[in-house]
Amino acid sequence: MPDHNIPDAVLPAGLTSPPEIPWPEGLTRIPYWVFQRDDVAAHEQTRVFRGDTWNYLCLEAEIREPGDYRATTLGGVPILAVRDHDGEIYAFENRCVHRGALIALEDFGKTREFTCVYHAWSYDLQGNLKGVAFKDGINGQGGMPECFRMAEHSPRKLRTAVVHGLVFASASDTVAPVEEYLGEDILDRIGRVLGGREVEVIGRFTQELPNNWKLYVENVRDSYHASLLHLFFTTFELNKLNMKGGLIVSESGGNHVSYSAIDREAEAKAKAANDYAAQNIRSESDYRLKDPSVLEGQDEFGDGVTLQILSVFPGFVLQQIQNALAIRQVVPRGVGRTDLHWTYIGFKDDTPELRTMRLKQGNLVGPAGYVSMEDGCVGGFVQRGVVGASDRHAVLEMGGTDARSTRTRATEASVRGFWKAYRQHTGL
Amino acid sequence: MQITDIMAVQARYARCIDTDRIEAWPEFFTESCLYRITTAENHRLGYAAGIIWADSRGMLEDRVAALREANIYERHAYRHVLGLPLLEEEGPEGVRSETPFLVARIMRDGATDLFATGRYLDLWRADETGAPKLAERIVVCDSSRVDTLLALPL
Repeated sequence: MPDHNIPDAVLPAGLTSPPEIPWPEGLTRIPYWVFQRDDVAAHEQTRVFRGDTWNYLCLEAEIREPGDYRATTLGGVPILAVRDHDGEIYAFENRCVHRGALIALEDFGKTREFTCVYHAWSYDLQGNLKGVAFKDGINGQGGMPECFRMAEHSPRKLRTAVVHGLVFASASDTVAPVEEYLGEDILDRIGRVLGGREVEVIGRFTQELPNNWKLYVENVRDSYHASLLHLFFTTFELNKLNMKGGLIVSESGGNHVSYSAIDREAEAKAKAANDYAAQNIRSESDYRLKDPSVLEGQDEFGDGVTLQILSVFPGFVLQQIQNALAIRQVVPRGVGRTDLHWTYIGFKDDTPELRTMRLKQGNLVGPAGYVSMEDGCVGGFVQRGVVGASDRHAVLEMGGTDARSTRTRATEASVRGFWKAYRQHTGL
Repeated sequence: MQITDIMAVQARYARCIDTDRIEAWPEFFTESCLYRITTAENHRLGYAAGIIWADSRGMLEDRVAALREANIYERHAYRHVLGLPLLEEEGPEGVRSETPFLVARIMRDGATDLFATGRYLDLWRADETGAPKLAERIVVCDSSRVDTLLALPL
């Protein structure tokens, strides 16, 4: 219930009661209430997921042929992505206009039309209502009124766009074209991994995270935590000094790329100096991998980049960790739960050796990943940690106060970028 | 190889994990082996990737070392409850069996959940002493979902 002592005008957009503390100026303070409130979650559905954003739905490779469909989600709203006979991809809400039941019950399949099981209303592959059972009644009795027009009823349709085999959709009529939304740098780096390739799905897993979705997407953009929380590479002395890296933050702040690459110059210098030992950071650990083949990946993109984590606002991630490639789709399931959908991919023309390497390096990622399992629980640590602290805030000052691209990964610039975009979309 | 031999090894395997003696877990496998955790959906679709994927005992030992020394997760334990193994005829590769399982996860605060159900698709080979070793264990989880993370092996 609104507090009638406070005029509505002072309430930030979407909130039904005053925030526990006002959101401080700038990008370096994040009030914890933003991870805790139902009104914020509802507001995000309209302003973020159904707002002026592009959201990943599925891979084009999953709906290759006319009639192929994939039941997916946009921020938790059930969506059907379908290939029609004109070759185009259409997306519409998986919800019958009659009484609201799901139209398709399978996760994917091939069909000529969709028929709701409840009362057999049917739809074409573009989501147009094409049939109403007993529309004219039976023996002149019952039926729909004369004035009922099927053309006036259809599930909400989404705009779709395909980017290097990734199907994005938007519920907004005013959102910028997807290329502009992504920005040139992000587009290039999606193309670097997926451009001109024929993708093959090699595995699909869903990880249920015990935290608000924003804690996960912050984590993805947080290049600062990588070597501190994920100790696998350090413990087994696999960190290389001769690596360079950086961070790209899009103009909007919402999209980012974090990467590291072999520094060929440093490598050549070290070799010239016969200084092999200097290539490895010494640590106090005595551990060595018994089977180091897990790290004998190939430089498949030919640029020495061993890690590229790319995110698109709000909930899309493209990951290249050596030869382990995956798409991650982040879906809120209420204030304190998130579904993380992993799609592990390879390419049709993978050699058997490369394919085996993808399977081996799959151990680095996913719910049991050597360098990612911690990300499954750390959001929960925050969600539980901030109980009772709605009037407090997180501090994001590593690497400064802005949200710009840098040559270092010891920064929270892309986390600040996320909040820049978030505040712009939500008005909070 | 008798069904009772396989049942005895499976009972020891479950106790090894449930009593936090995972250092001994790789010893249930042959030197060259396949251990993979997947889901019924991935299995049905023939997707080769795993939540865990290892093709050598060394990789299993590395997994244990990582869990002990590198990875960070809240303390927890499993309780495996195994069903009866269904043995297929012995082939040139060894003996194949299928065994259903339930695994409860007990978190450090006592919260207990049904973490996974599924079946083990096993390929057994006798070692030099005649004891069954796993040349292959495909852990096919019924659900496509994993709560929070999967640290300890199934």
